[in-house]
Amino acid sequence: MKHYEVEILDAKTKDKLCFLDKVEPNATIGEIKSMFHKSHPQWYPARQSIRLDPKGKSLKDEDVLQHLPVGTTATFYFRDLGAQISWVTVFLTEYAGPLLIYLMFYFRVPFIYAPKYDFTTSKHWVVHLACMCHSFHYVKRLLETLFVHRFSHGTMPLRNIFKNCTYYWGFAAWMAYYINHPLYTPPIYGEQQIRLALIVFLFCQIGNFSIHIALRNLRPPGSKTRKIPYPTKNPFTWIFLLVSCPNYTYELGSWLGFTLMTQCLPVAAFTLVGFIQMTVWAKGKHRSYLKEFRDYPTLRSPILPFIL
Amino acid sequence: MSAPAMGTSKTAHSDSSNKKKKGPGTLATAYLVIYNVVMTAGWLVIAVGLVRAYLARGSYHGLYYSIEKPLKFFQTGALLEILHCAVGIVPSSVVLTGFQVMSRVFLTWAVTHSVREVQSEDSVLLFVVAWTVTEIIRYSFYTFSLLNHLPYLIKWARYTFFIVLYPMGVAGELLTIYAALPYVQKTGLYSITLPNKYNFSFDYHTFLILVMVSYIPLFPQLYFHMMRQRKKVLGHVEEYSKVE
Repeated sequence: MKHYEVEILDAKTKDKLCFLDKVEPNATIGEIKSMFHKSHPQWYPARQSIRLDPKGKSLKDEDVLQHLPVGTTATFYFRDLGAQISWVTVFLTEYAGPLLIYLMFYFRVPFIYAPKYDFTTSKHWVVHLACMCHSFHYVKRLLETLFVHRFSHGTMPLRNIFKNCTYYWGFAAWMAYYINHPLYTPPIYGEQQIRLALIVFLFCQIGNFSIHIALRNLRPPGSKTRKIPYPTKNPFTWIFLLVSCPNYTYELGSWLGFTLMTQCLPVAAFTLVGFIQMTVWAKGKHRSYLKEFRDYPTLRSPILPFIL
Repeated sequence: MSAPAMGTSKTAHSDSSNKKKKGPGTLATAYLVIYNVVMTAGWLVIAVGLVRAYLARGSYHGLYYSIEKPLKFFQTGALLEILHCAVGIVPSSVVLTGFQVMSRVFLTWAVTHSVREVQSEDSVLLFVVAWTVTEIIRYSFYTFSLLNHLPYLIKWARYTFFIVLYPMGVAGELLTIYAALPYVQKTGLYSITLPNKYNFSFDYHTFLILVMVSYIPLFPQLYFHMMRQRKKVLGHVEEYSKVE
């Protein structure tokens, strides 16, 4: 068996960082990253970006050396992605925050509202309902992170956790402050409005969960394969006929329901910002699907049927 | 920060032409030249207005009123610069430009215009003068750059005057906001209280204090960014010829 020689250069300075000889032809980029890590312990594999071209795309861990367009002396370029943190850690942290923060406002913990309201409860039953819905939503997210989602990437840049937590925790505090405020005003149309809102919210929570399960089932455990999602026997997944990322569609619906239920401007603002972000993600995902699969269904829109 | 909005464009001018950069087309360049000429003229009008009013009254007091309208018009007009970045005819960041222009517009309308009592404060003159000198230099810098005939003097001025003008402008702005605080609190200007059917509240007084606090992290960053730009652009004075 002919062995390869691998040299790794810094993508910016072109300095020779590492030279590996007697590398197996069927070695993967992942294995090469481990070898590189040995000579440079500060760069663990998750923060290595290895590419064929200094300005090119990162190679995947699964790519095999002999299948790459390289000679028997392969030259790769390295870029440091910076400190990394696992997706699971980020998700758990960013979701646990809103869950706990909202409850602090709900129970009117001291120093938030005037002292005479400490540990009192709201006299409006919609406030109790809203707390249950909000808490249910984030418990669902935490459980999905632990048991349902199959992540394509193990890690993301460390600075993301500060950015993401500021967003989620900040908005949660802002919303919770008003909903649980002693001077909170319940929805104008009273019970009718709240009932409709609850139905929308629950429908979309079930829908969102159904999509997460359907996406999980596309991918065998431990794999990172990508397949076109299709409607299943579950009616909540039939929306796949019209939309590429129905998980985001249902998420928008849930928050619209919550906005209607609480009739609170900060909740509407959170819904709007979330919608904008999810639309950006959905468009990106939709574009990737179109690029990767020639037979991708043409009827589908990224996030809103026929509209967006 | 809003004080001398020295712009975010990293490309001084000519060193970008040998990179594969897709600059604005001829039509866009013509438009930008007109835009920058108009803005230069506008701020010159403000400068002249200030000088004439000072000479007529014999004091620094209340000069704001003599240039209030052109100030509002030309400072608000700068909003177009956000559009220029968004459309791509100017290579700056939309976010950074947006931030700088919005903070100027905020000070012009949401503080100085809205709180009548601060209009006679000397701090207003402080930032108006800083802005005026900065903008005259900045817009003429862009004009000459677009025409590929940038006099070294203008380039030098742009990257040197800020050293004094920036802190001067910031001081003027902060003092003005500070002066507005008691009036905002007394009248509840732009504030919403609970209860209301939107379950939302906003305290403009607290908001203004937070704006003042935000200068602490932001101003040094912007100031030192300009310092670094200065070293980069003016640092190689001996190598570049004086005629650009």
